[in-house]
Order: sequence, then C-alpha cells, then structure tokens
Amino acid sequence: MVAHDDVVVTAPVTVPYSRYSVRNAHWFCAQALAGLLQSSGLPKSEIDGLCVGSFTLAPDSAIGLTQHLGVTVRWLDYLPLGGACGVVALRRALRAVQSGDAEVVACIGADTNHVDSFRQTLESFSVFARDAVFPYGSGGPNASFAFLTAYYMRLYGATREDFGKICIAQRDNALAYPNALFKKPLSMREYLEGRVIADPIHLFDCVMPCAGAEGFLVMSRRRAENLGLPYARVRSTCERHNAFPEDPIQMRGGWVLDRDRLYGSAGIEPCDVDFVQTYDDYPVMSAMQIEDLGFCEKGAAPEFIRRHTFTTEGSFPINTCGGQLSVGQAGCAAGFLGLVESIRQLSGRNLARPVPNARFGLAVGYGMITYDRGLCSAAAILSRADA
Amino acid sequence: MTAPFTRPKRKNPVLRTRLPLPPPGARSRAALGLSAAAAMGKFKLQVCEACRCVQYPPREACGSCLSPRLRWREQDGFGELLADTQVHLSQEPYFRERAPWRIGMVRLDAGPTVIVHLHSACGPAPCRVRVGARLDKAGQGVLIGFPVDEVANMADDRQLREMTCDPKFRKVLITDGKTAVGQALARTIIAAGADLVWVGQAEPWKRSAGLEALSALPQVAIVPLDLTDSSSVVEAAGSIGGRVDILINNAEVHRTYGISARNGTDAARLEMDVNYFGLLRLAQGFGPAMRGRAADGAAGATAWVNLLSIYALSNFPPHGTFSASKAAALSLSQALRAEMRGSGIRVINVFPGPIDDEWNQPLPPPKLAAEALAKSVVSALKDGVEDVYPGDVAQEWLARWEENPKVLERELTA
Amino acid sequence: MAADSLVLLAADLAGGRVRVVDLTHTLSPDFPPIVLPPECGQSWPFRQEEISRYDDRGSGWYWNNFSCGEHTGTHFDAPAHWISGRDLPNGTTDTVPVQNLIGPACVIDCSAESAADADFLLTVEFLERWEARHGRIPTRAWVLMRTDWSKRTDPVAYQNLDETGQHTPGPSSEAVRFLVQERDVMGFGTETIGTDAGQAIHLKPPHPCHYYMHGAGRYGLQCLTNLDQLPPTGAIIICPPLKMLKGSGSPLRVLALVPG
Ligand SMILES: [Zn+2]
Repeated sequence: MVAHDDVVVTAPVTVPYSRYSVRNAHWFCAQALAGLLQSSGLPKSEIDGLCVGSFTLAPDSAIGLTQHLGVTVRWLDYLPLGGACGVVALRRALRAVQSGDAEVVACIGADTNHVDSFRQTLESFSVFARDAVFPYGSGGPNASFAFLTAYYMRLYGATREDFGKICIAQRDNALAYPNALFKKPLSMREYLEGRVIADPIHLFDCVMPCAGAEGFLVMSRRRAENLGLPYARVRSTCERHNAFPEDPIQMRGGWVLDRDRLYGSAGIEPCDVDFVQTYDDYPVMSAMQIEDLGFCEKGAAPEFIRRHTFTTEGSFPINTCGGQLSVGQAGCAAGFLGLVESIRQLSGRNLARPVPNARFGLAVGYGMITYDRGLCSAAAILSRADA
Repeated sequence: MTAPFTRPKRKNPVLRTRLPLPPPGARSRAALGLSAAAAMGKFKLQVCEACRCVQYPPREACGSCLSPRLRWREQDGFGELLADTQVHLSQEPYFRERAPWRIGMVRLDAGPTVIVHLHSACGPAPCRVRVGARLDKAGQGVLIGFPVDEVANMADDRQLREMTCDPKFRKVLITDGKTAVGQALARTIIAAGADLVWVGQAEPWKRSAGLEALSALPQVAIVPLDLTDSSSVVEAAGSIGGRVDILINNAEVHRTYGISARNGTDAARLEMDVNYFGLLRLAQGFGPAMRGRAADGAAGATAWVNLLSIYALSNFPPHGTFSASKAAALSLSQALRAEMRGSGIRVINVFPGPIDDEWNQPLPPPKLAAEALAKSVVSALKDGVEDVYPGDVAQEWLARWEENPKVLERELTA
Repeated sequence: MAADSLVLLAADLAGGRVRVVDLTHTLSPDFPPIVLPPECGQSWPFRQEEISRYDDRGSGWYWNNFSCGEHTGTHFDAPAHWISGRDLPNGTTDTVPVQNLIGPACVIDCSAESAADADFLLTVEFLERWEARHGRIPTRAWVLMRTDWSKRTDPVAYQNLDETGQHTPGPSSEAVRFLVQERDVMGFGTETIGTDAGQAIHLKPPHPCHYYMHGAGRYGLQCLTNLDQLPPTGAIIICPPLKMLKGSGSPLRVLALVPG
C-alpha cells in the first residue's frame, strides 16, 4: 500500500490540437502515450495501468487500444465522461497505485474531430439528448447553456461584460501557451460584437470543437523521485454525478455537496488556492464553479468577477493556459486540460507564464449534458511537491 | 398576437426547389410513445403507476421509484417558462435553413423540465406557458410551448406552421368531387383559405348537381380523375401533380354486403379497386412530386389525407368487404406514411364512423354529416394530427378498440 | 363455284374493288360502359395496366394486362346473355356456330329521326318503308340500325343520361318481333350502348330486342361505328366474338366488306 499523500502526478503531455484531423482517436492516443514515455523516460513495458477517456474510439474502447498500442497492463479503465474524465481518471488511477493494483498508470484523454464528427457525436451522445434535445434544433450544448446563462443572468444580475471579462483574461493567458488554437488578443468590443449563436450566447462564449489529446502519469512519489521526474502532489479529489436532480434548471453543481470534504482533506481553505482551472465550456459555468467551490456566495460571482483579475498574474488566476475557450475543446481531452496545466504549473515545468509562487491549484471537471444539465462535477486539489 | 401569415410570393422558376431535409427523427422506443400520442393530437407523458411521478425525457423505468410500470397519460401542459433562446446557429441542416429558431426550457407544473419549441407569442421568460405536443417534419412527436391564452393568428407562427399542414394559400386536390363529402371538403377547405381546389371527376356521364354547383366557385377546377384507371391517374398527376400541396383522397366505393349476402367478387373487387388500388395508383402517381416539393417555400406540399373508415380497425361484418378494403387501405397508407416521412409530407388517416349517405341509409343514428367530416379533416390539417376519428361512433369504436381489440371483434360479431 | 368466288374476292380485296370498313370503336378506358344502379352487379370498364415497357420490369418488351366485362366497347351479345335465351343450345360465345358470324348487312338509316328524337323507336312501318326502297330484308341478314350515335365523341352526350335514365334510340317491341319472326334475321346491331333503346325498360316486354332476339337464338352487336360508310344493302359483315368458355358476349372487331 502507498499512502494517499504519496501518490503523485507527473509527465504532463499535450498532443497539439487541430480544428479538424484526418487521424482517428487511436492516433491521438498513440501520440499521447508516446509523449508520456518520452517525457518520463520509461519504457512501454513499465506502464502497467491505462485509463482512457474518449468519445470517438468507437467501436473500440480502452481494451482495443491495448492491442493497438501494444501495451500489456494489469489495470485498465475506460471513462468517456467528457469534461469530468480527467479528474475521475486521476481518482481511479490514484486508488490503483495506492492499493498496488498498478505502479505506473497512464491517463489519456483523446478525441479526433472529422468534419462531421461533432454533429455525429451529438446525435449519439445520449438517449435523452436524442429524444428530447436534438429534435429541438439546439444541435449541441449551445442552446442548453443559453438557457442556463439567460436564467443565471436574470437571477443574479450577471452581464455579458462579466462573462466577457473571463473570456478576455483567458485569451490573454492563451497568448503564451503554445498549443492554443486562438492566438489573437480578444477585446471586450470584439467579445460583445461576436455573432449571436443562441442568445445570450455569442461566438466567444463557445468553445471550438477540435482534435487533440492530453495525458499524465500517476505513480508513487518514490518512483517519481527515482526517475527524477518533477511532479505535483494530489491533495484531495471529489466527484459527484447527477447532483440535485430536483432543481428545475441547473444553477449549481455537485461541488456544493463535496467542497467541505475536498478542502478538509487537503487541509486548506479556498483562500489558499493559488489558481483555478475551471471547466469553462461556457463562461457561466466558470461563474458557477467559483460559487460552488467556495470562493464566493451563490449568486455573488458577478460581483466577484468585477472585483478580480484572472490572468496568470491576476488576483485570481483562472485557466492559466487559456482554457478550452481559447485552446479548443478536444472532446474528452478537454476534461484533462485543466489538470495537465495544473501539473505544469505546480511541477516547475518551463512555462512562459507561470502563476507566481503557486503552491495549490484547483482543477475542475464538469460535463455530460445528457439532457438539460451537466451530470458530472469533479475537482482535484494539487500542490507543489514541497507544499 | 402573431404576425399573420401572408400569401407567399410566387416561386422563382429559375431557382432550384429546396430539398426537404427532415429534423432529427431518431427516437428511442420509449420516446415513440410521445409521437404516438402527438399523432392523435394529444400531449402525453409517462406517469409511474406506482408513485405517480411524471417522467421526462421518456424512459424505461421510473426515475424516482424504479418501477417499470409507466403509463402514457394526457397532460394539461401548464408550466413556467424558465428560459428561452433563439438558436441562430445549429449543427443540424434543417434548423440551419430555418434559423433563428426559438426554443425554451419549461418547468411543467407536473414536475419535469422540458425543452420545447417556443411559439413566438410566448414570453419572454419567466412566464406561464402551456406545453402541447405536435408532430414535426420528421413525423415525430415534439413539444411546443404555447401562450396560455389564445392570441390572434396563433396558427400562423412560423415554427408552428412547420408542424402543421394549414390549408391557407395552399393548393388542394380532392379526388372525388361527386360525393357530398367531397363537396363539403372543397367548401370547408376553401373557407380555410386554400388558394385552389381541384376536384376529381370520374365517369363524367353520371351527372352530379352538387359538383356542378361547386365548379361555379372561382377557387374550384374540375379534373378528370378515375382511380380505377391507371392512365387517368397518370394523366392527372402529369398535369397537376407538381402543384398539389394537399391531396385528400376521399374517393371510395362502399357496398353494404358481408360475405354470404352477395355472391361473387364484383362488388368487393370494385371496393378494392377504388379503396385500395386507387390509393396505390394515386401514391405512385402523385407521391414522388409531392415528396420533392415538401420544402418548397412557406406553403409547399405538406399533407396527404386518406379517407378510411372506423371499420378499418375491426371488421363490421354487415359491411364486411368494405371493411376489408379499408383495412387494406389503412395498411397501405402506413407504407405510404413511411415512404413520405423522409420528406416531411404528413399522411393523415381519417377514420369516420358511418357517414350520413345512401349506403348507410339503414343504419340508425348517430351518423356523420359530410360537413362535420370535412370540418374534422381541416382541423386535422391545421393541428397537424396524423390519425383522426371524427364523430361519436368512431370515438366509441376507438375507445373499445384501444381497450381490447379482441373484445371489440367479439362485440361486432355478436 | 364457291372456290371461284373466294378467288374473286381475294382479287377484289387486293384490287380495292372490295373495301374493308372497320365498324369497331377503340377499346379505351374512357369509353363509357353501360350504367346500372349501383346496387346491381357492375360490368368492368376497359382498363389497361402496364406489365413492362422496356424497363426494369422487362427490359426488351412492352405489354399490358387488360380487364373488362364481356359487354365492353364494341361487343357481341350471345343468346345466353338474356334469360329468354338461357336454355338454347349453342347460346354462348364458345359454341355459337361460326357460320352465323359472316353474313349480309341491311343498314336502316334512322340518323335524322334519332337526331330529332333521342328516344326514337324503330317501327315495323319504318322497316316496311325501307324495304319498299331497298328490297326485302333477306333471311340470315344482320340488320344494323344507323343512328350516327357513334359520332357523339363526348361520353356525356353519348350516354345521354338524365334523372329518368338513358335516352338513346332503339327498336320497338313490334319491330323486333317482325325481324325475328317475319324476316328470320341473324342479329341486330346498333351504335348505342345496348341493342335496345335507352328507355326500353318501359316497353312491353322490357328490353324487347334482348328478349326476342336472344330468345330466338339470335345475336346482338352494340357500340358499332362507321355505319354511315355502309350501303343500305350489299355489304357483308364479319363479327366473331372471342371464344370464351360459356361467354355471354365479347368485345370484338367487326369488319364489313363493301363493294366499291
Ligand atoms: Zn415511480
């Protein structure tokens, strides 16, 4: 048995994103695994656990990948949980290493994006979406989040400028991140004038579906140190599915149920967190996560946003690599993006824009809008090795 | 109020006719219950027999107590519009062509939150709405949020018109203008705003005073059409098939014999020749052009109506061969519906009880007046309903049939 | 001698000295059939359904199925058609002696009278006046009543129905009896739908032409055309029905040989 505190995450890997790709998801998984091996210096035979999140592997799942990639593992998991799959993969891998079921677990989120694959993914996303959302022309989550955003704005007095402030800050962060698809600064005027997609959602409130992969390794601290790998420690994690089903419309996530335990087992308070990687498929979700994870009261996010700045040097750094809004949403890789960036920030990787003196980082997972709301909420607190 | 639908401009003959693209039509088996109810003009949701919990989206087991005993029950549809949006950009070609498209999220008083197509007279959120179910161009049930109170020109809502087959400004073919029903249909559909009504005339040497009076109306044109004659159907389809927006097949032969009351097959064959083969000939003649024009402007081809009979559900032995021919026609119309569905042309089946005509002379009342039947056909078009059971007798038979078709058969053979 | 006359006929046909006149309407779906009350059994109108036309149903050939009643278009009435002829020997289309199906034609021109009165009845007196001009109607002759009804190309005018039924010319009861009993004719032909007048149900007996002709084993021809191209006497007609088992009648092609 390895102590919970002694499991670490390392080897953050990103397979560069592209708007469309002729490659399939297997290609991106292979590139991610190759990156993990290269980054860690481990031979493939040392990887004895594999956890994959993907929507576009069909008809394969993780098991088909083992043969495809030529890996022999004693622990395997497949988590097509979209925006939550990174944190959930970390939680699963952590328990595997802790219990000795595996020593080195490769966690990979990868998806491809062909010209029509986004529509096809939507079409087959869930039975509820096929029966009760897709026929209404929303054609994806835009409309669902238009509802949430409109309701949130009405209820709590948020303005488009509030959401714009987050988006603009993230774009600023992205300018220094080499894998971001959006490399042009974004002004408030451009944000406000972006074409309307489903009001009140406009162009710059939406992520761009793309192809890409993210990955990291989970292993014991001793193993990482023996390999000489810089790492981040996993201080606390949580996941919650289908929280508050009685809410008529989603104005809060499952974090509300888990945040006390989350901070408690990490031994910190929200004010100790140095940066947050929100799950930013739409800026309204960043606002909700700021509330639900205890940085302000419910409904106070608009005021919080007006009070803070969100770039890496800001008073409340958010999505320090640009987040999905500026990097792109590569399917399940989007659920890994915040974690991978957190590992980079906390393990002293060579970053163009590090968060100064970051000791604790919070990475949030959210996703699976199978009908009218995201069903999964998850979060992980990581820390620097010496924190 | 809703902006009234005005006469669409004449089509530019140089431009390509837009191809019909249905909205997403895939549904789980559970969700088809919503379509089945909408097809009959009803808004039903699954209700748990064990805990009364109302379910949505449709599912296999109660989301509350896990009981699989879910029954589709009619809903009043009242609820609160929580949020609404205009979708300007959709991944789905059908909605891209029709953007912006207004939808809403409604918390039903009955419990669940539903996503609905939103009538333009609703809202903005928050406000009270009434949710109803309609069939969309894919022929599947969808929910629509309506204003609680009736507003002017409600039926003219652009999105609602996609779900209905309103005769306003449309061109209609009524296949038999000689019967009282055909004449009532023509007058009723003209009153509903149809631009042009072709009425079919077979055997012109058999005069019909009603048809002669009808043909004096400026909207009416007589077209030679004999459903027993393939060449006649081909000719009519060739001359007007590319312009018919609504086809109402009311031609029927009704003889009042069982099996032993009439030797031979001539009467039964004539019934089949018109009631069944006539429909087949019409479908082959008029179907392709109508399918091709299902997205042809704001008042393009939209519906195909078959006048069947309640006897199509279960045989009425005194009219045994007629019942059989209508059952055959019902079966064929289901095939037609399947072939039309991809285009968005709605196939409407009308199941009247005994019509007040010479063939039902010996039957006791209640019998359905031609005008009442015509009214129900036009209502079905306006509501976009797929199956219509006009009149008290039809309603009663339907109730019995839905309850237990085998018992109904016994009742009818008693 | 008989052989010589056939050789002569062949030469006359080839040389155009004997013309062949077609007395037949085209069988088409538009040609009106007899109208009976709807509760009666109904004769099928002529219908054609394509089997294939050089297409996927038969790539190299064109053909149709057709359907119709025995009494459709230009057609032949056998004695068994009527109750009065039901027990006669050789009374159906398959048994009618073929010798009877070729014979001289007497054409009685009633066109002016029919134009003036759609219910015109051909009387004995009218026949006697005709004989006074053209000679006695020979035994075994086919008597054809010319009314020019076939020139009514509009089916409505051809049927000529009103609320009292059909109004078309035909023979009187006495005239039919005269032709059968006094002249021993082979058959009676008309241009209308029915060898009897449109209102013949009100005659005594009803439908006398059907009643007496078929009761005596004689034949009927209906819906003939081109009778105006025949001389009053001197033509020979050829009118064999299809050889259908126990047929009561049959659509047929009626040809007339005319000197000229
Ligand atoms: Zn229940």
